[in-house]
Amino acid sequence: MHLTLKVWRQDGPGSSGQMVTYQLDGVSPDMSFLEMLDMLNEQLTTSGEEPVAFEHDCREGICGSCGLMIDGQAHGPQLGTATCQLHMRKFRDGDVIEIEPWRASAFPVLRDLVVDRSAFDRIIEAGGYISAPTGSAPDANLILIPKDVADTVFDAAACIGCGACVAACPNSAAQLFTAAKLAHLNLLPQGQPERWRRTEAMVETMEDFFGSCTNHGECEKACPKSISIDFIALLNRDYLKSKRINRRLAAQT
Amino acid sequence: MAIELGLDGRIPAGPIAEKWDNHRFNMKLVNPANKRRFEIIVVGTGLAGAAASATLAELGYRVKAFTFHDSPRRAHSIAAQGGINAAKNYKNDGDSIYRLFYDTLKGGDYRAREANVYRLAQVSVEIIDQCVAQGVPFAREYGGLLDNRSFGGAQVSRTFYARGQTGQQLLLGAYQALAHQIAAGGVQIFPRMEMLDLVVKDGRAAGIVARDMVTGEITSHSAHAVVLATGGYGNVFYLSTNAKHSNVTASWRAHRKGALFANPCYTQIHPTCIPASEEFQSKLTLMSESLRNDGRVWVPKNPDETRSPDQIPDDERDYFLERRYPAFGNLVPRDVASRNAKRMVDEGKGVGPLKNGVYLDFGAAIARLGADVIRERYDNLFEMYERITDENPYDGPMRIYPAVHYVMGGLWVDYNLMSNIPGLYVTGEANFSDHGANRLGASALMQGLADGYFILPYTIGDYLADKLGESPVGTDDPAFREAEAGVTDLTTRLLSTGGTRSVDWFHKELGKILWEHCGMERSRAGLEKALSEIPALYEEFIKDVRVPGSAATLNQSLEKAGRVDDYFQMSQLLCRDALEREESCGGHFRVEHQTDDGEALRHDDEFSYVAAWGWGGTPDQPVLTKEPLEFEYVHPTQRSYK
Repeated sequence: MHLTLKVWRQDGPGSSGQMVTYQLDGVSPDMSFLEMLDMLNEQLTTSGEEPVAFEHDCREGICGSCGLMIDGQAHGPQLGTATCQLHMRKFRDGDVIEIEPWRASAFPVLRDLVVDRSAFDRIIEAGGYISAPTGSAPDANLILIPKDVADTVFDAAACIGCGACVAACPNSAAQLFTAAKLAHLNLLPQGQPERWRRTEAMVETMEDFFGSCTNHGECEKACPKSISIDFIALLNRDYLKSKRINRRLAAQT
Repeated sequence: MAIELGLDGRIPAGPIAEKWDNHRFNMKLVNPANKRRFEIIVVGTGLAGAAASATLAELGYRVKAFTFHDSPRRAHSIAAQGGINAAKNYKNDGDSIYRLFYDTLKGGDYRAREANVYRLAQVSVEIIDQCVAQGVPFAREYGGLLDNRSFGGAQVSRTFYARGQTGQQLLLGAYQALAHQIAAGGVQIFPRMEMLDLVVKDGRAAGIVARDMVTGEITSHSAHAVVLATGGYGNVFYLSTNAKHSNVTASWRAHRKGALFANPCYTQIHPTCIPASEEFQSKLTLMSESLRNDGRVWVPKNPDETRSPDQIPDDERDYFLERRYPAFGNLVPRDVASRNAKRMVDEGKGVGPLKNGVYLDFGAAIARLGADVIRERYDNLFEMYERITDENPYDGPMRIYPAVHYVMGGLWVDYNLMSNIPGLYVTGEANFSDHGANRLGASALMQGLADGYFILPYTIGDYLADKLGESPVGTDDPAFREAEAGVTDLTTRLLSTGGTRSVDWFHKELGKILWEHCGMERSRAGLEKALSEIPALYEEFIKDVRVPGSAATLNQSLEKAGRVDDYFQMSQLLCRDALEREESCGGHFRVEHQTDDGEALRHDDEFSYVAAWGWGGTPDQPVLTKEPLEFEYVHPTQRSYK
């Protein structure tokens, strides 16, 4: 396959960037998208140019490192697939492919296609955990969890934190990311004691960094784990309830 | 080659079941109010690192956690699929701590310490409790109880799992505990910081030198103790199932500062990976071992077979694992399954366009259980397979072939998980301690979390208790200055070489040498060849590598170049250790040492020891120290899975 690639190049966080066009020959349909970029980088390196910086690690769709806007779509054209699992057989000989970093002010570009997603870590630090200091746990089978609850919780917990939901959202909202973690923890019996404090803290930290959800649903379509937008409804309900319950709890102390 | 004798693993006295309890009582304690006077550096945020950082901070220690990822959640533990073992005996099928201990020691081909393995089996039980309390969504039965499955090499169902993403869920549990401690102020997190040297002062670990991967700034960090939880070195082979950035650099640079490197030749080749397709292949993808619970491995009996698999009748198929190992069948340990697959491919019976795989067939399981049950168990794996190969495993068999997956070797540690450098601890895959010559499925997650949650947080106190009132060495100390200068010099050398070939090119070539001569089967002639080819290629690397860009920016070529430089040195030790170990055991198979029917042949009288290698100043002059292995409870026999 022959491809024309238009790639975002940017030297550093403060500099301005631009799209640069490259020609690439000999691409095999069995290559992954990132292997195609490896090939471009090999070509750039041997011809004396700086290779394109992009994030990747496991290349199995689970670490959440990779993430590119491919022809304007987060993670490209294949549903439920992270960039590293996208293969070139989804493209055709002669295609022109535009490759950009995630676009969101909460994810500033560090270089080329690499962005800073640490705002996600701030949301988790705000309450995305169940307090269970090591050594304090009861026997695992003392906590019974119905199978359908466990399955739903797993669907939410499958989030890989890649940021595609934010990149795909016209508002750069992080509702799906936050909702997935809230659903994971708030639906479990172990998660009940901290439920309302967690919800309020995570949602408000999210709003410090990200835009608001206006129900476009782009996030669900872009999500490589196909996490359902239904979880956002749960977030909204729990957030409303948390405002009332947390105020009442505060009044009691 | 110099050999020194008598390395002491500091195993506590007493009956095996009481060693850990007695030891915990005998260790010195740091009182709760004094813990905040101690600083601990933890490098790595995978299962072993994140669990240790979180637990140490909960105890009150001040922790500085380093990761080269953008977030602790990206560590490669996240990619573990199958499950985690624990001796809960929830299935009432005869499991016990002793049986898990026995299976793990046997699975490791009697090349691990009894006391360590027993302790691992003991704390396995607590790990599951801990993870469930954190909210890890393990698979459940309809009554709400935890589900278990059997896993490669075990005849009981003791494996807890979360679909095919157990590592992800366990890591997120540890990451969330870590995030909690970051928010609480107990842990200071340093993301996108790569450790590039260990600093040793007066014979003790004093801190590290790290590079900020965005700005390129080199900085020093000191502490009372340093913990390396930096994973394994499987990527020395270039093609492996490891994440692309997993590397040996932290371990190797600690080795160069005096830490012993133990059993580097114990590398695990995992049987169920997707075969390589062509030259551009950047990594190999694992298909969880759990697939072997329901999948049957076979090749056509006729090497010239051209029919598609569904057209080949049962009597023309060779279910070679079931045939050779009737008791364990498709569930034999990884090393055995891998070597048998290689044998089939070497005999010309390989399948697929490059004839480089064997079939893993779910046809019988789908007929017996229905597609829905199979979907419930393995759907994410089947989807992944289809994405990569464009073939649907519900319609026909998968093609699989072994690939480098895990390393049992690593930095030498004593029973306390402390290396031979006082104050330097090593946990998880980065140490050598619990898996002997072969790791059983679902044991890596168990060991990483055992080290991080339940072992290191106790044992590190024994070292720190004496240091009360001592300040960490200042980062203005000459030892830090010298280490920083060393890091800067290497960076300058790599950037100024100005050669013609990329780092990746050299890495691939190195990988080919290793896979050929130090992969699934090893021979004296092959290893000697590798030991002459690697230094020659390394010399070429030093002269001809091209590392574009500058030191003061995000520069992925520079990051890779430093790691590959270490692989060139480390790979020589790997081959030398393989050469020295004139026996076959677990993942180390020497063709000269096999039984009449081709199984691994150990020589316990000569090789029942841990080979711990010291840095001798250059990569070709390692110094061997031996720690004898003694077996009081389990008598080593030839492993048999027939």
